[in-house]
Amino acid sequence: MKRIFMNQLAAVAIFVFVFNIQPSGANSTPEKGGTLPAIKLDVPKDPAHRSYLGLSGEGLFDISEIKAQVVIIQIFSMYCPYCQREAFRVNELYENIEKDPNTRGKLKLIGIGAGNSQFEVDIFQKTYEVTFPLFSDGDFSIHKSLGEVRTPYFIGVKINDDGSHEVCYSSVGGFEKAERFLQIMLELSGLK
Amino acid sequence: MKIEKTILFVLMGLAVFLFLDMGVYARSYGRSDIFKEDIYDPGTLKPRDSVLKVKVGDRAPDFILPAVSDGKVSLSQYLNKMNVVLSFVPAAWTPVCSDQWPGYNIVKKIFDQHDAILLAISVDNIPTLFAWTHQMVTDGGNLWFPVLSDFWPHGAVAHKYGVLRSDGMSERAIFVIDKKGVIQYIDVHDINQRPPLEGIVRELEKLQN
Repeated sequence: MKRIFMNQLAAVAIFVFVFNIQPSGANSTPEKGGTLPAIKLDVPKDPAHRSYLGLSGEGLFDISEIKAQVVIIQIFSMYCPYCQREAFRVNELYENIEKDPNTRGKLKLIGIGAGNSQFEVDIFQKTYEVTFPLFSDGDFSIHKSLGEVRTPYFIGVKINDDGSHEVCYSSVGGFEKAERFLQIMLELSGLK
Repeated sequence: MKIEKTILFVLMGLAVFLFLDMGVYARSYGRSDIFKEDIYDPGTLKPRDSVLKVKVGDRAPDFILPAVSDGKVSLSQYLNKMNVVLSFVPAAWTPVCSDQWPGYNIVKKIFDQHDAILLAISVDNIPTLFAWTHQMVTDGGNLWFPVLSDFWPHGAVAHKYGVLRSDGMSERAIFVIDKKGVIQYIDVHDINQRPPLEGIVRELEKLQN
């Protein structure tokens, strides 16, 4: 009897040990001054997007591999009414960055569709004529690693020369004016 | 021996907790900031809790339901005119449901291309659906598709199709019905997850061929 109990105990203990070392489902929201969790994205198939991000080849890449001094990440969903409403403002932000020689090439903008398949991301991209790269996070894995934030959510990431990075902005909700948001991003990242 | 049993019980409980936390049954969903803190989270539910009463190839049972936008809508009014997609969602003001119809609201063009109308159905009453769907449209307009209340007799249409759960909510289900009124596709989805849009689009494309 005691032997059966010990076997049962050992089996449960092994299960607990093995799965206790797995990452938990939900993580914390990125904090200013901190770092991002490891986020791997597919290198875009669109050559224009690859060129914009300064990437080449295929496979996965890390945010810090983007050729920029600051990367602005928008967490969105095509199912999110707020993101739909914000889409034109985010486009305006992208256009403002690109038309100013002082910011062009230094700040890059990407979107990650939380729980959106590639098909759904493409729908959002076409509907709102988004020209910067959008990525699918169909299984919510990135969304989970970012603390399951509400959408839209914006994260500013400063990329250092040594390849390290630092979160300089992290906030839920949209922004009223693209120009003002860009100024905030420039100030917090130290580009201004 | 009693202590040993207690230890075993506690460890097994911990194992179950970790198993659920692994993501096997963990639910993931997005949530728009538009709803702020107004979304009630019922937690992870039994994926499916009903038995279908119709199958692909059956004539879709007709119904008439009140619409949020006023008036009543019947399935038969689209007979020989349009393909129909029925989207049952379990309950207003819950996480996954609040993150479903707003997406359909930006793909009217796809439905138009396939001569299709979307009928969105919930067992909630009209005032609740009015307040809830009002949050889904940020420009002050309305959703382009009728939102129908299957509130009274409670869940009668969901019951007729076999998607009424034992707790009075409906399943998260999609039915695609062709112009002849025949059911061509059924997806009684895991209630904890949103069905991908491409599933509906793929079925609508089949109707065109």
